[in-house]
This record gives sequence, structure tokens and C-alpha cells, in this order.
Amino acid sequence: MIIKGGVVYDPANGIYGEEMDLCLEGGRIVEETGEKDVIDARGLMVMPGGVDAHSHIAGPKINSGRIMRPDDSRMGVEPRTGVCRPCTGYTVPNCYAIGYRYARMGYTTAFEAATPIIESRHTHEELEEIPILDKGALTLFGSNWTVMECVKENDLAKLAAYVAWGLKSSRGYGVKIVNPGGGEAWGFGANVKGLHDPVPNFDVTPAEIIKGLARANEMLRLPHSIHLHFNNLGKPGNYTTALETLDLLKDIKASRMRQVVHIAHMQFSAYGGTGWRDFDSKAPEIADYMNKNNHATMDLGQILFGSATTMTADAPLEYANARLLHQKWSNCDIELEESSGVVPIFYARMMPVNAIQWAIGLELALLTKDPWKVLLTTDNPNGSPFVNYPEVIALLMSQAKRAEEISRVHELVTKRTALPSIEREMDWSEIAIMTRSASARILGLEDKGHLGPGADADVAVYDIRPDEVDPSVDHALVKKAFTTARYTIKGGVLVARDGQIVAAPQGRTYWVDAEVPQADTERMMADLKDKFEKYYSVRLGNYMVQDEYLSRPQVVRAGTRARVEVAQ
Amino acid sequence: MIEDVICSFCGCLCDDLRVEVEEGKVAKVRGACRLGASKIMGHDRIAAPMIRQKGELVEVSYQEAYDRAAEILAAARRPLLYGWASTVNEAHQKGILLGEEVGGVVDSTATVCHGPSILGIEEKGLAGATLGQVKNRADVIVFWGCNPSEAHPRHALRYSSNACGKFTAEGRSCKKVIVVDVRRTRTARNADQFLQIQPGTDYEIICALRMLVAGKDDLLADEICGIQKADLVKVAQTLKNARFGALFFGLGLTHSRGRYKNVDNALSLVAELNAFTKFVVMTMRGHYNVAGIGQVLAWESGFPMSVDFSRGAPYFNPGETSAADLLGRKEADAALIIAADPAANMPRAAVEWLAKIPVIQIDPFENPTTLLAEVVIPSAIAGVEVDGTAYRMDGMALRMRKLVETSFHSDKEILQGILDSLRRLKDDN
Ligand code: SF4
Ligand SMILES: [Zn+2]
Repeated sequence: MIIKGGVVYDPANGIYGEEMDLCLEGGRIVEETGEKDVIDARGLMVMPGGVDAHSHIAGPKINSGRIMRPDDSRMGVEPRTGVCRPCTGYTVPNCYAIGYRYARMGYTTAFEAATPIIESRHTHEELEEIPILDKGALTLFGSNWTVMECVKENDLAKLAAYVAWGLKSSRGYGVKIVNPGGGEAWGFGANVKGLHDPVPNFDVTPAEIIKGLARANEMLRLPHSIHLHFNNLGKPGNYTTALETLDLLKDIKASRMRQVVHIAHMQFSAYGGTGWRDFDSKAPEIADYMNKNNHATMDLGQILFGSATTMTADAPLEYANARLLHQKWSNCDIELEESSGVVPIFYARMMPVNAIQWAIGLELALLTKDPWKVLLTTDNPNGSPFVNYPEVIALLMSQAKRAEEISRVHELVTKRTALPSIEREMDWSEIAIMTRSASARILGLEDKGHLGPGADADVAVYDIRPDEVDPSVDHALVKKAFTTARYTIKGGVLVARDGQIVAAPQGRTYWVDAEVPQADTERMMADLKDKFEKYYSVRLGNYMVQDEYLSRPQVVRAGTRARVEVAQ
Repeated sequence: MIEDVICSFCGCLCDDLRVEVEEGKVAKVRGACRLGASKIMGHDRIAAPMIRQKGELVEVSYQEAYDRAAEILAAARRPLLYGWASTVNEAHQKGILLGEEVGGVVDSTATVCHGPSILGIEEKGLAGATLGQVKNRADVIVFWGCNPSEAHPRHALRYSSNACGKFTAEGRSCKKVIVVDVRRTRTARNADQFLQIQPGTDYEIICALRMLVAGKDDLLADEICGIQKADLVKVAQTLKNARFGALFFGLGLTHSRGRYKNVDNALSLVAELNAFTKFVVMTMRGHYNVAGIGQVLAWESGFPMSVDFSRGAPYFNPGETSAADLLGRKEADAALIIAADPAANMPRAAVEWLAKIPVIQIDPFENPTTLLAEVVIPSAIAGVEVDGTAYRMDGMALRMRKLVETSFHSDKEILQGILDSLRRLKDDN
């Protein structure tokens, strides 16, 4: 296939809006091709397929959301077609809707942000049913008994062996840490209050857990860094926890060319104030930190007004949400590993807190100078469903649109945030970075997020003529164009044209197989076997996700051995 | 000897069984309760596919059975695809696809057991936990309207009232067990406090407990539906003083007066208890994978049961699109029944109508539904002869093992066979 005459944005390769042809063959971008298939993209914007590095798309949490929200499943209903299975849902769509809707927006990859090891079989069952997209899942380690014990014993090699085993067991891609220690404390209805508050019964602190896992992550040379949801997330005044945690990781060396920590949905951790009454934005402080330091990246977790469903392994937070909002509440504690919760929410323009949250996300994006450090996400569906990414794009590209919106939200936004005074308007390249190139780089997906030879043939063509459109003024057009790609090509196959799904191939699932010294694994397994005998409700022999659950696995190799080689 | 075998009988999904296979047959089952052992040992099978001709079931080939089943489904205007509780997710997925293609209603046996629980969860959400969490932490266990001693024999020892775990090392002796039921069941014998309530008063009793938990003692009468206030005060105190409490409920709650409102009320009680301590709640699911069909339907259609595909897109309105109602209203004009026995478990009006419409039965075993089936397709036993995924009552996904070979087709293969015949039929027209 040849995509002819497009205006290509491929920031990873230093291409910022150049007219050129793209050749696709065998699922890859190639220098040239004999294939006759031509897509006419003359004058239209061409980007790598979108990559979402943090989204809740599969597993027990989202399915609980579906089950407790029939009201949501009644929205977004689309009957089946010759190509498509039927669709339902808005904030918690069914699997098919997830695949088609991402593809319609020009996205071709999405990673599930949190799966407990023991629940991963379920997560993969759902990932398998999501059409078109390449995907992966980050595995939760932050409240895990074995992790905490290794940290307590200060046995880093054993911890690394466990992380490698946990990734393999869950067929997971990276190390996710959510409110470290809090999930365990929640087992008896408590929480950890800060970085140095010991986890009850385990005598380790969140700070120690985070540092331990970050070190193990680098020891294993994992493609992605630790992916961290801070303690105290969602609470007024929590920006101090955020900054303190970031400082904690400053001296850790990355084993690859990437960040040491990726911060999940920064918006929810950039809060000032002592309570909801004097709640205000500390986005400028966070952005300032990000501008001065280079060891961290983040995704926004932008909220948008309207319906959303909050779901997180931060179970105490969900309980607090349910109480605060008088909402229905689902919870699931997961033996020896985690906890989690789900609560529906509606963000209202005239609610001061919601309006300020909305502004904080935008401030973070606009005040952080380097777009490679900031991913555009809504922590789908916590801040808003992913289908609303184009709204965020339009807001970032147009001060006029922001001013219009600010006039329609609670007036406290002008007092408690810096948003009204921010003039920056992002350009096409910056949007391309925040929605695909940086996401792929941060995840460590070498063949994604760019269009160089050898890259996956995942391409989006948008109905935008960059030389004719002024996004500052034509923001409605920008939003429309990013909502419905003219063409989405996944693995060299045209999957969506003008919003219509024309093919729905099965995507791949990435997971990381990290090698560790046999002796470490043996030491680790001795303890682990004991846990299975005494504490788990599932036998060790039935625990690990079987190969049957990944029809198209994409194994990424890592491990401690490779690190030694590099060191020599 | 095959280790770590998962039992395919009840929602406990015990995964620590050992099975001896001799000459391709299950010879011994170790570690299971008698219910599980007898299921795995197996009993009389339907020998071959059959089609009813002049009132008699006559043996045919699988292919003939598929073709006939496809004809029935293709001719139907409102087909019902019902059952699914005793087979694996892989079959559910094929069944849902078939349901989409014939524009049918896909419903599970949940509608006649824990359907009200699902409606309750839609109202209030579910504060749950995995069973291992309960085992390791719970010091207060409540069984409400359920009788695990008979229905889930290993529940107590593996997961709940008698289990030992990290923070419950002394097992039963470090726990308080409360049983609420209309009868003194075998489970009640294990209780520290047994509350024998009058039938149909669950809702009132839960309301009283919620008031007590909220500290509104003085508003309560001395006796509530025949129960002394003092007894309820004692229960409420036990609940509030728990370090970790777990409420398990069964059909006694979902099928007594109040139905899903009882569940709503119980879920609210548990949510409110979390202001004082840690408390979780769980439904005691009966068939081993009735939880699985709810999960699969939810991720594939957005709804956990009673999904109507006649509009091309999923539509869910329990009471209208649930199997018993569809049959009771004489609306369904054909039914595919898989891994279930509605003839024994549905309301009479529904069964009477089922006897009048063409029924396709897919099951390893003969049961009362066989008597009214027009096409009978014997299947391999999932979890014994076929591997695949099942969900425990707490939502834990496990992979059932294949223990022995079989010449019977699996549920998934059968559904695919019918789908293929159906597609050929459509192409011909
Ligand atoms: S308790 Fe249930 S799952 Fe366990 S062995 Fe008995 S029947 Fe099987
Ligand atoms: Zn998230």
C-alpha cells in the first residue's frame, strides 16, 4: 500500500509536516513497495496510529462498571454490521465498541493500565475480544505481599525475580504501582496517609515499595519504567506527595533511554488546598518541577464535563468517592495483591471542584514545556471516555476555545487556576507527540509511534489540510477531524474510512518476558509456594495465565542478564 | 494422577482436586466433596444426537442434528438461547455470536436464581472481595438465606467460616458466624448466632439492622417481625465490631418477598458497615460457571443477562427480555437450551410453553428438558472432557482442565456446527 501525498507528522523522526509518500508492506513501513494499492492523502495530515499508554479497557474493573451501569450500556448503541459486532456503552463500552471507536479516531494501540496478577486471565479474555488494536496490560505490584516482604528484607534480586515471574504469570507488560501499600491497608478498611506511613502488618513504607520496585524495574531492563499512581491521589493538598515522591526517584538510573517513572493521570495529584473549600490548582508547581527535571513523564488524566466512571486499584479513594457523591459503589479486594473500586461520576461545569480539575489538566499540558513528557489521556473512563480526546486536542490548540469554555464554567477557575492567563497554543507536531510518539517512546514500543522504515504500518490520515487550517480559530474543525479519521490503517490493513469500520483484524498483545538468574527465582519460589499453600485460594498450578489466552502474543524480552552485558 | 483439577459442579470452583485416570476414564476423584466427585465421575450420558420423529427421538449424526437445529433457529422469529451455567466461557462466546446472528434472546439461568442479585447490584454496586481475602481476614461471617453445608460443601473450610489464613490462623475459633434463615439448616448448626426469621421478612430485618448500625436503636420496636430487638442488637454489634466481615447470601434472600429490593437492602447494609469497619458481600452462585456467562455477556453485549439481539444491537429489559417471561408470555417460538434444565427449574407457565415450541437441547446428560426437546445434541463435559474458562462466585477466572479424551463434540464445536449450517442455509436462500 502507498499513502500518497500526505502531509506527514512524524516527530520521532524529525518530520514536522512534510509532504511525502508512505510505503506499507507486510505490516511494516518500508522504503519502497511494489504494491499497487494507493490511498490518496493529497494535502491531508498523516500521523502514526494513535497510542494510548494509559486507559482502562479490559478486566474485572471495567466489567463491574458495565454490570453496575446498565444506564451507560443503553447509550452508544450500534447494531451489528457485516464487519462489526454490535456496540453498547459510553463510559464503559463493550469490547467491540472499544476497538472500533479507537480505530475511528486513528488510534491503533491501547494499553490497559492496571491488572492484578491473579485477575489477569479475565483481563486477557477481554483484551482478546477488543478488535483491531494492539494492546497490552500493566501489572499491579504496589500492595503485593511478596513485593513488600522482599522490600522489607532488602532483597532486590528476589524482588526482581518476583516481578519477572509476576509479569510472566499475568502476561503483563510493565510494573504498575497504585497507591502503594494502600491496597493492603484497605484489607482492613484503612489506608496509608503518606510516603512514610508504614503499611499495617508489613512494616514497610510506600516510599520503600516505590523505590524497591523502581530499582527492580531497572535491574530487569524493562521496556517501560514503573508506572505510578501516587499515594493520596484525588485529595486536596496532594501535590506535596507528588513532588516528594518524584524527588525520591531522582537518583535512580534508567537502564534504557527513557524515564525512570511514568506518573499516571497527573491531574488527580496536582491539588492544593487543605480541603474541598479552599481547593486550588498546583499545576504550575508540578509543571515547574517537570521542566527542571528529566527523570519523569506523565499522562494528563484530563477530566471533561459529563458522565464518567471512576475505576481504580485505589479502593479507599473509590470508597471516599462513593461517600462524597452518595453514589453506588463497587469494590473488589484481591487476596495478597491489591484492592479496587468502581464508582460512576458526573463532572459538572458549575461545580467549583470539577471546574478546577478541568483547568488543572489543561494547565499541566500547557505549562510543561516538553511535549515528550506529557501524554494526552483522560485516564479513560475516569476523567472522561476516550472518545472525547479530540475535545482535549482542540482545547490545547486554541486559546479562543479555552476562553469560550472558561466563560461557561464555574467562575472560581479564574481565581484558583492559572489557565485563563496561559497563551500557549499547541501545534500539530506537539499533538502528534502527545497522542502517539511520546506514548510509544514512554512505553518502550520501538516499532510504534513513528513512521520510519521498519515501524509497524499503523497510520492515521486526518481530514485536515495543515496549510489551510488555523487550529486557533478553526477548533471545531480540528475536533471533528480528530474524532473521525479519514483513514485508519492498522498493520497495513485499512480498518476505518470516514468513521466506517471496513475491516476488524485481530491485534497483538504485548507482554514482557524478563530473564533472571535461576537461583533468584528458586529462592523466590520457595517463599511463594508457602503462600500458595497457606494463603491463596487458588493453587499455584492454576495461577499463571495460559498461552491459550493470547491468540497473537508479542513477546518483548528483557532481563538482568542483558543489563550485565550492557555494563561490560 | 492429575493434580490441581478444578471441580465443575458448584460456584466454589475448588481447584485442588486430584483425579486418577485409568484407561481413558476417570477412576478416582480425591479431595472433592460428594457433589463434585459424583459430577466428575459422571453418570449416564446421552449416547448420540437425536431428532424427534413422530414423537420418538431417533438417533442421527451430529451434522444432521446441526442442520435441523439451524432450520429451527432460522425459521424462528423470536428464538431464545438459554442456559449456559454449566459450560465454559468459550461456549458462551460462540453462543452469543449465534444469538446475534439469529436475532435471538440470550439469557442464563441467573434469571431464575441470582437475577435479583444482579438487579440489586445495578442499584447499589457490590462491595466484594476474592474468596482468598475472606479466608485470610474475615472474623465475622454471615450466611443469609443460603445453606453452604448442603449446596457448597467445601465453602466453609476453604474460604469462609472455618478457613485458616494469614490473619485468621486459628480458623473457626477466631471467627463469629451468624446464620439468618427461615429454617434451621445444617449451616445453622455451625452458627454462633442463628436468627430464624419468618418467611418474607428479610427486608424488614435488614432495615432494622441498618437502623441499629446507624445508631437509631430507640426508633425500633421491641419486636420486629417476630424477632426480639435484643437479638438484632447483638447481631448489629457483632457486625460493627468485626475486623473484617463478609456477608454471603443465597436464594433465600433473592427469592423471598421483596426480591431484588432485599438484595439492594443487603448491599446497602454492607456499604454502610464500611463506615465502621471493613465489610464485603458476595452472592453464593450455584452452578460452577453461572458467574461466567454474566461476565461474558457483559463484556460482549454490555449487559449481564436477558440480552435481546432482535434489533441488531443488544437490548436489556429484565421482566421483558428474561427467559421465563418470554416463555410465559408465549413469545419465544423456538428455544436452544444448553447446559441447563428449564423443564425442572422454570415456572410452570414457562415450561408448558416450552413443551409447545421446538426445543434444541445441548447437554451431556438427559434431564426433564430432554423429554420436550425436538433436537437433542450430546456434548462433551466441560471441565472433564474439555478445557476452558470458568468464573468462581467471587469473579475469579480459572482454566478448567481436560482430564480425559472424548468422541463427543464440545459445546463450542456444536454451536459452531449450528452456526455453519445456519450460514449455509442463509446463503442458499
Ligand atoms: S464445594 Fe463445590 S466446587 Fe468444591 S468440590 Fe464440592 S461441588 Fe465441587
Ligand atoms: Zn488509570
